[in-house]
Amino acid sequence: MRIPDSILHIDRRIIFLLIGAAVCIPLILKPRFQDSPTPIVQSIFDTVERLPPGSRVFLSFDYGPDTAPELDPMAKALVRHTMTRGHEVSFFTLFPEGVGQIKKITDSLLPLEFPEKAYGRDFVNLGYKAGLGGAINTMVVNFRTLVNADAEGTPLDALPITADVDEMVDYVIILSLTAGDPGLKEWIQFAGDIAGIPVMGGGTAVVAPELYPYYPQQLVGLMGGLKGASEYESALVDRYPAFRNAPMDATMRMGPQVVTHVLIVLLVLLGNLAYFLGRADRAGRTGQGTQAGRRP
Amino acid sequence: MDVTLMLWIDAALTLMILSFLYRDNPFYKFAEHLFVGVSAAYLMAVGFWDHLVPNLLGKLFPSLMSGVVPGAVGRSPDYYYLIPAVFGLLLLTRLIDRWAWLSRWALAFIVGGAAGFNLPRFLDSDFIIQVQSTMIPLVVLDASGNLLWGASFSHVVLVLGVICGLVYFFFSVEHKGVLGHVSRAGIWVLMVTFGAAFGYTVMARISLLTGRMEALGAWLGSIF
Repeated sequence: MRIPDSILHIDRRIIFLLIGAAVCIPLILKPRFQDSPTPIVQSIFDTVERLPPGSRVFLSFDYGPDTAPELDPMAKALVRHTMTRGHEVSFFTLFPEGVGQIKKITDSLLPLEFPEKAYGRDFVNLGYKAGLGGAINTMVVNFRTLVNADAEGTPLDALPITADVDEMVDYVIILSLTAGDPGLKEWIQFAGDIAGIPVMGGGTAVVAPELYPYYPQQLVGLMGGLKGASEYESALVDRYPAFRNAPMDATMRMGPQVVTHVLIVLLVLLGNLAYFLGRADRAGRTGQGTQAGRRP
Repeated sequence: MDVTLMLWIDAALTLMILSFLYRDNPFYKFAEHLFVGVSAAYLMAVGFWDHLVPNLLGKLFPSLMSGVVPGAVGRSPDYYYLIPAVFGLLLLTRLIDRWAWLSRWALAFIVGGAAGFNLPRFLDSDFIIQVQSTMIPLVVLDASGNLLWGASFSHVVLVLGVICGLVYFFFSVEHKGVLGHVSRAGIWVLMVTFGAAFGYTVMARISLLTGRMEALGAWLGSIF
């Protein structure tokens, strides 16, 4: 088999090994790639930053453990930012699996980095509500119909953070971390466009291209995939140097991203080169054969 | 559960799934079936406790459900919820061939209700406001009247991209002459969009692989 053909018919397991190495080696060596926020990410950061301390923020974890490597860094960055600014955060989820994601943040990150923050005063877990877009619609029409207690069953009136919350518009912004439907799109359609509450957040890299058309009129800002999370982390570290030593997951994971993307670009170029060389080679051989056939 | 045990289960299942990259094998099949089974059971439990109990049983039998449904104490039964209960039971008639036709009533209600509920929102958010968002000035000036080259270029690309994309999908006229050129540009716009989406998909998949490799790293770290 000629070289171009052998490249085109390479065993796919060799590609898997190369991708595996491109992910593992940067994870071991931990190279740092300095990121800077793009306007679409910066606008989320600026909005959270400009809110007066004590503002009510609605943070919906619309994802499960399957997309956690992409969306957990965004969740941590948003929680760090909102808590540092002194906002009152209501956690919520439209995904059944989102309950565990909220618990992971409230049970690990908050006690560790913000031990002074108290449940019921600075943050609350409103849990999971079924009904997809219909659930959001019900909350906009009559918030207490759907949400009358926190995830543990404590009535909203018994918690200082939610005692005054009667309507969805009592929240100044809605942040959603989206892995699919329902997610940011539904928050835009059923809350942002109807009630006029500014909607922003992040999405997995698969979902992000579908959400860009909503920016900037219907969506204040968007963190697209791990890159978006990394940009938000860099904005956070720039503004609050105290986080310089905090584990920034997205920034760490950008190493494998960069190396793997370079590898994939090289493989695409190599594949195209092999294809065109192979075609030229075959054309040359066909031409020789034709000439040979014409000899007397 | 013990953290070490969790790490071992996590690592074992990850390796079982990744073993498919070499070839199909019983370990992969086991992990796959376990995933499907656990997911189905989890969603069934969630469906019962988060959907049926608060939204139906809690409304019909509030005193009986007061221990598990917040706010049900002292509430009187709401018998209007018998209607969705009957419709829900009608859906289950699909399991009996003779009565399966009854499930169409419930399905008709679901399809009609969902379409009626979603149509105005999609029309407003995904059509009218999206059209508005495309009606933007091609020449962008700052407060002093200076031309903003970057913003102007973005707006021109956006408007031309939308027009070319729409023309490509306009099949009432043959794509020849000027229309053919615009349509061809539309294909380029679509190709660039697909390429960007592919790039994003690569990023998503590598993020997930990174998460799994980190988990395996934590497992190895617990051993050595």
